[in-house]
Amino acid sequence: MVRVILRRLIQLVVTLIALTTLVFFWLRSLPGGPVDALLGERATPQTRELLTRALGYDQPIWVQYGRFLKNVVTGNFGNSIRTGEPVTDVISRAFPATVELSVAAIIIAVGLGVPLGYLAARHRGRLLDNTTIIVTLVGISIPIFFLGYLLKDWLTQGLHIFPPSGRISTGMDNTDVTGFFVLDGLLTRELDASADALWHLVLPALTLATIPLAIIIRITRASVLDVLDEDYIRTADAKGLRNPTIRKRHVLRNALLPVVTIIGLQTGALLAGAVLTEKVYNWGGLGTLITDSIGGSRDYPVLQALILLAAAVFVVVNLVVDLSYAIIDPRVRVR
Amino acid sequence: MRASRMRATRLRAVIAAGAVTALTIGLAGCADSDRDNGGGEGSASGGTFIFAGAGDPKNFDPIFNDDGESFRPIRQLYDTLVTHKPGTAELVGGLAESWENDPSGKVWTFKLRQGVKFHDGTALDATAVCANFDRWYNMKGEAAQSQMIYYQDVFGGFAGSPDAVYDNCKAQDASTAVVTMKKYKGAFPGAFALTAFSIVSPEAIKKYDGDTVTQNGDSFSYSAFANEHPTGTGAFTYGGWNKATGEITLNKNPDFWGDKAKVDKMIIKIIKDENTRKQELRAGTVQAIDYPAPADRKALAGEGYKVLDRPAFNILYLGINQKNPKLKDLRVRQAIAYALNRAQLVQTKGPGGAAVADQFLPSTVLGYAPDVQKYEYNVDKAKQLLSEAGATGLTLNFYYPTEVTRPYMPNPQEIFTVLANDLQAAGIKVNGVPRPWNGGFKDDVQQFGKQDLHILGWTGDYNDPGNFVGTFFGRAKPEFGDDAMTEMFTAIGKADATVDQAGKKTAFEQVNRDLASKWLPAVPIWHAPPAVVTTKNVEGLVPSPLTAETFNTVSLTK
Repeated sequence: MVRVILRRLIQLVVTLIALTTLVFFWLRSLPGGPVDALLGERATPQTRELLTRALGYDQPIWVQYGRFLKNVVTGNFGNSIRTGEPVTDVISRAFPATVELSVAAIIIAVGLGVPLGYLAARHRGRLLDNTTIIVTLVGISIPIFFLGYLLKDWLTQGLHIFPPSGRISTGMDNTDVTGFFVLDGLLTRELDASADALWHLVLPALTLATIPLAIIIRITRASVLDVLDEDYIRTADAKGLRNPTIRKRHVLRNALLPVVTIIGLQTGALLAGAVLTEKVYNWGGLGTLITDSIGGSRDYPVLQALILLAAAVFVVVNLVVDLSYAIIDPRVRVR
Repeated sequence: MRASRMRATRLRAVIAAGAVTALTIGLAGCADSDRDNGGGEGSASGGTFIFAGAGDPKNFDPIFNDDGESFRPIRQLYDTLVTHKPGTAELVGGLAESWENDPSGKVWTFKLRQGVKFHDGTALDATAVCANFDRWYNMKGEAAQSQMIYYQDVFGGFAGSPDAVYDNCKAQDASTAVVTMKKYKGAFPGAFALTAFSIVSPEAIKKYDGDTVTQNGDSFSYSAFANEHPTGTGAFTYGGWNKATGEITLNKNPDFWGDKAKVDKMIIKIIKDENTRKQELRAGTVQAIDYPAPADRKALAGEGYKVLDRPAFNILYLGINQKNPKLKDLRVRQAIAYALNRAQLVQTKGPGGAAVADQFLPSTVLGYAPDVQKYEYNVDKAKQLLSEAGATGLTLNFYYPTEVTRPYMPNPQEIFTVLANDLQAAGIKVNGVPRPWNGGFKDDVQQFGKQDLHILGWTGDYNDPGNFVGTFFGRAKPEFGDDAMTEMFTAIGKADATVDQAGKKTAFEQVNRDLASKWLPAVPIWHAPPAVVTTKNVEGLVPSPLTAETFNTVSLTK
């Protein structure tokens, strides 16, 4: 087990070094750049030249790369071109927002997806099953930003049930401890802030959960159907085990393996969905940061750090998924 | 079987322990609340005014900024020596009650208001004003200087630069500051009202290391003054920027020298998506939004929201590049002007309240000439002129930007389509060249001059004709074909150098006439008034043509 983890960590470092190089040269090959973005219409040739020199963009690309590598190795990702803040500050502020949203989305997706998939399989060919299949098809095929705008339009503009955007009501004056607003409210006993944050979380989390929810339902359904056809289920039934025991001990447990894989992959992919969801709901997490940094300002330092972070998260999530097999399936451990 | 049961039991135990821990932490309230639960000033009856901003400010040190989103909070925190009469571009006293210049136009004497204090309690006097001028001029380091876009533009350069305009500032007495320039500059006194030249507390600059801008990797970091302790004389004091929630809080300054703020607190809530700003307004969670999409203005007004038009202080134009020899012929440029149905464009694509422009500055600016040559839509005339110039069958590359909206240009693609159709109808073949705003358009058009035609515009910074026509046509630029119009550069330079205001007015009126009839380097399209929309209960917001609103006049009714 330790060897597996060590091997994965080494792979992570190699991946990050390769990505670092790719990202650096890719960003600088894009047309336009921070100098143009920062100066706007009011740039005179003098200010353009001054800024180019001050940012070091007049130096050869390998000099810039050397400087960048040196900074990354020493853990210094520089400052945001847009705001002048250290990149680590910018990212550590946005990170909890995305994690809070993603955790809520994955709770919804798993909490609803596994039981619904199981029920659909148990009632194969009946109304519940058919309805689930249609709903999941819609869930997978509907573009996330469209669904976001649709939900927002119905539930915030028409019915005024939920707030249209943001993580907490303006002027709530909540105390920021961990950056996870729901948790912070509990920690500081600002329960109104916690409830308010939860209320703001509902629509974005539902929007983000749609695709993983649909996928988890379908995979669970298919997996349960496979297991239900297995000989050992018939054996368990024949030896007179009670239905709940068969379901819990034999069906679900065996059906969960592919579901766990898909949960892992979906968790990693949530960041992609978060870019769109956060845009729709003005969420202020990593997704918003990515669009802001690439859109107008070409904020190289933030983008570089974000891409590395996303890669690291993806690799770590996959490692956790692999390790979780060992817990669920003893055969993996033996191997 | 037994082993699996044991594992299940262990798993349950772990889950139960986790749940108990989480609950205990929650109930214990292991962190302290930072909330201000006292009554204090915040609970007075003025309420909180929430304005939806469209982007993050860079920082709060005026001199290092040049964009509208940074200037919005900065205008509430600081004052300038000279300012604008609310709702107009007319200059009136700010921190200076009055000002005058000597006949050479180089020496400016400011009589300061008495009893004005910075937010840190120090006095605003002539020494403090001079400390600001000296600070800008003596700013050290390329990092800091590169961020002083307006200073570089207006004052020409820094200490040691042969182009520097500033010479010195003397505190004649506590309330008289005398600023001497090395040479006359037409931008003054209008440029003294630029938000970038707001007066800051010299003590706070010293205390919080305000002049330090450091380079770190690819970017700059600013001082504690710029980020956490902005200290001016404005109607609001700085209450913090919660970056996790995107809220900038400004508190009423009880010691403000002018009309004190009517609300107790103002929050600028940053919402980058235009559609979301509108939805927040409709949900009642913000009380004002900026720059509504042209299509939404009517609907919002119909729903009872107040759509407040700012008097237009901008221009959209169709630039013509005389690097193309065919376009050197005035008749061809005039044909292009006649071919454009600008009235229809304004009606179909212009923001509400937009008006056809017949010159490159709005009517409120000195030097506006009502009698310039106008080019009413006339396709036959356009065809005739093209034929006379031997330019029938002309093909032109028309550059337009994508991925951008500007107050003067909310929908570049649509504007291009209409203008291109008009030109085709007059027999000019158009090759549309869409280029991304950042990463193509500005470089191709303004640096390399690759285009034959392009659309671009400008929002005025201060009330001076030089800020409009001088910026566009005052010097050789690749945008219009470099040195094609030396006579024009000379005329604008002379007009800008006229010290006497009446003489300057006459000179710029003639420049505007000649621009329309003799030079025609571009065709003015429209002046578009950007709007601000508020909920019904917001009173007293005076829209500024320069988008330079201060919110001390705003009150909230029940």
